[in-house]
Amino acid sequence: MSATEQSRPEPSRRIRFAFTDEQEQFREAIRRFLNDKSPTTEVRRLMATDEGYDPAVWRQMSDELALPGIHIPEEYGGSGFGMVELGIVMEEFGRALVCAPYFSTAVLAANAILNAGTDAQTSSLLPDLASGARLATLAVTELNGSWDPSGIEVIASPDSDGYRLDGVKSYVVDGHLADLLVVAARVPGTVGSEGVALFTLDAKSGGVERRPLPSMDPTRKIARIDFHGAHANLLGTVDDGAKTLARTLDQAAIALANEMIGGTQRLLDSALDYAKLRVQFGRTIGSFQAIKHKLADMLLDVELAKSASYYAAQAAATDDPEWPALASLAKATASETYLRIAIDTIQLHGGIGFTWDNDTHLWFKRAKSSEVFLGQPNYHRELLMQRWGV
Amino acid sequence: MSKVSESEVRAEVREWLAANWDPEMSLVEWRSKLADSGWGMPQWPKEWYGRGLPVSLARVVDEEFAAVGAVGAAKSGVRLLAAATLLEHGSDAQKKKFLRRIVTGEDSWCQFFSEPGSGSDLAGATTRADLNGDFWIVNGQKVWTTSAHHADYGLLLARTDWDAPKHEGMSYFVIEVKQPGVDVQPLKQMNGHASFNQVFFTDAKVPTENLVAGVGDGWKVAMTTLAHERRGADGLSTPSKRGTRQGRMHAEERAELEVANQPYKWYPQRAGRVDLIIERAKETGANEDPNVRQEIARLMIMAKSAEWTARRARAAQQQGRPQGPEGSLGKLAASNVARACARVHTMITGTEAMLTGSESPREGIIAEILVSVPAVSIAGGTDEIQRNIIAERVLGLPKEPRFDTGPFRNVRKN
Repeated sequence: MSATEQSRPEPSRRIRFAFTDEQEQFREAIRRFLNDKSPTTEVRRLMATDEGYDPAVWRQMSDELALPGIHIPEEYGGSGFGMVELGIVMEEFGRALVCAPYFSTAVLAANAILNAGTDAQTSSLLPDLASGARLATLAVTELNGSWDPSGIEVIASPDSDGYRLDGVKSYVVDGHLADLLVVAARVPGTVGSEGVALFTLDAKSGGVERRPLPSMDPTRKIARIDFHGAHANLLGTVDDGAKTLARTLDQAAIALANEMIGGTQRLLDSALDYAKLRVQFGRTIGSFQAIKHKLADMLLDVELAKSASYYAAQAAATDDPEWPALASLAKATASETYLRIAIDTIQLHGGIGFTWDNDTHLWFKRAKSSEVFLGQPNYHRELLMQRWGV
Repeated sequence: MSKVSESEVRAEVREWLAANWDPEMSLVEWRSKLADSGWGMPQWPKEWYGRGLPVSLARVVDEEFAAVGAVGAAKSGVRLLAAATLLEHGSDAQKKKFLRRIVTGEDSWCQFFSEPGSGSDLAGATTRADLNGDFWIVNGQKVWTTSAHHADYGLLLARTDWDAPKHEGMSYFVIEVKQPGVDVQPLKQMNGHASFNQVFFTDAKVPTENLVAGVGDGWKVAMTTLAHERRGADGLSTPSKRGTRQGRMHAEERAELEVANQPYKWYPQRAGRVDLIIERAKETGANEDPNVRQEIARLMIMAKSAEWTARRARAAQQQGRPQGPEGSLGKLAASNVARACARVHTMITGTEAMLTGSESPREGIIAEILVSVPAVSIAGGTDEIQRNIIAERVLGLPKEPRFDTGPFRNVRKN
């Protein structure tokens, strides 16, 4: 079933605590597709390649399921759903550990363009992203690793027909693959978040040098991008730059939180399966209270992180004024929970959990990269306090 | 039973209230009218002081009572657990004798289940009842008995057959509390309150007609009581509000609730008072300490997530979906939140956390939080028992091995 074949949901201003039947069906459709296209054998095959994804599967998820444009308005070629449906996609992708340039193209770049772009820019840039024809990403962090706009040092100097970018971006997700780059840079003579704006350019432009970085999580490829006077266009305005960047990163934090809880549930499932199977001392290890209690605590943690991630997505979808705070809340708790459950799952498997052949490390590494990506839990807890006015 | 509509019920109860409600009546006089008409407990059967309405329509009746400020049936304490149990398992004679005075509030009730030797393992009770002529003779000790010091009757779980397996050798009785063989003593807790009693039975007497269901059915009957307790049918989870309405009856009701709610006064502190955390951080200046800010954020995230998890469980239920795992986690989550609260309150309060009483922060509330929180992870099922339940019933892991099978006489005990 294609998302586009479903009737559009009624716009709701109320936070819902249960998914609708249509949303559950949408989830099922994605899960069936991924069970088929992204088993761990495929994950292992793709993570060992330089590109890190299968273009044929990307085409299918674009053409058959219309996933890259799920949250993009219909006027720009998308399906017109919102943050909740994007969250469902992310959760299923996290569960299956899908290797695809989805987070970069659909979550980071498409949202940045939606948030910042003028009508002409969104109309010209988004349809190709919604259809999956073009890959894109958003470059925020630099060598200093800061997710705060004040850490941005790449300079965008105005010239006769746009801007010239100079400086280095790093940790750019799918930076090696993207056709279109959205770059956060600052205009000369500014400090802090003032003067930070978003710029777009073709990744193959002159003055752009890209190098894949050796990422610990091989399922999420990252790259360094050097700009030497590369020609770029301003996306939207300089005045709104910091605001639209923050909004984009908050949306990304919610999407990532939902991706993380998908992976977390998958880990818990595998820990539980193993505890029921593995026999030591003449009994399944799942019959030992030490293991039962650990699994009960893991379940509690997983459900709490899910509640936070779902709630944040609902809040963003309903434009609840608190949603940016909740984005940080969800990011902080989902990333700590993901990593803790990954470590517990390795522990529960014993020695075999530390082997390459066992799949647990694939999710552990995704948990580790997700913990750091978009800002660590401490950073988001502090943001949460600030956003709550504490 | 013919189906009635919401509007019919509304019209009927409005008309009845218009004709009968008078706040200058005495409480018992009014509640006698409630018992006779069935409007006090509309979801009870028609033949037993109710009107046989579904629970959804009973809520409508409550709304109409609230709209005119009418006092309802007595609902505080254990009395509704007693009523629910008797309605399901009691004889007609027992229902006739006890139910009406439950509705009117003339009798109050307590529950004699837990013992010093059987806490988590309720079925390990060793209080005994031995048949002697027309009476069962009760000996033993019960504990954690709320309100026993002013109760008229108790729901008693006692062992009547020591050769039967543990769960099959118990019987369930209604025992009169005010008799020579029953000695009620307050049980003082580590926070200084005495919300509960310990009760000693020395040749206390129960007439044979007060046996509920059959000999040996005690565990089954107790399960009914506990199921209603979990459903919150006892009203303890939402203590009734003491209004400020004028009139003789309202004054009498306030006095009744004052007594009934006394044991639960410290419960908000026991839960950790997450609502005070940010206020306290601001008033003490602890909100400027980056370490404390991190801990506050951790705690608030946990508390909010627990609240949303409970709402997810309710939403799933309302949509008629099978209960997911989120429905079984509330108690464990509440323990974690309370413990984290006590820790963060201490951080925020600093050295003043060494003080207690009226001169300590927030007139002793903070100190009371710190010494009350350890109850949460024990009362109503320890965290460890909760984890067993979650592991076995939700995650499908194997049950604990049993060492308490065979005749109870031979089972190892405290």
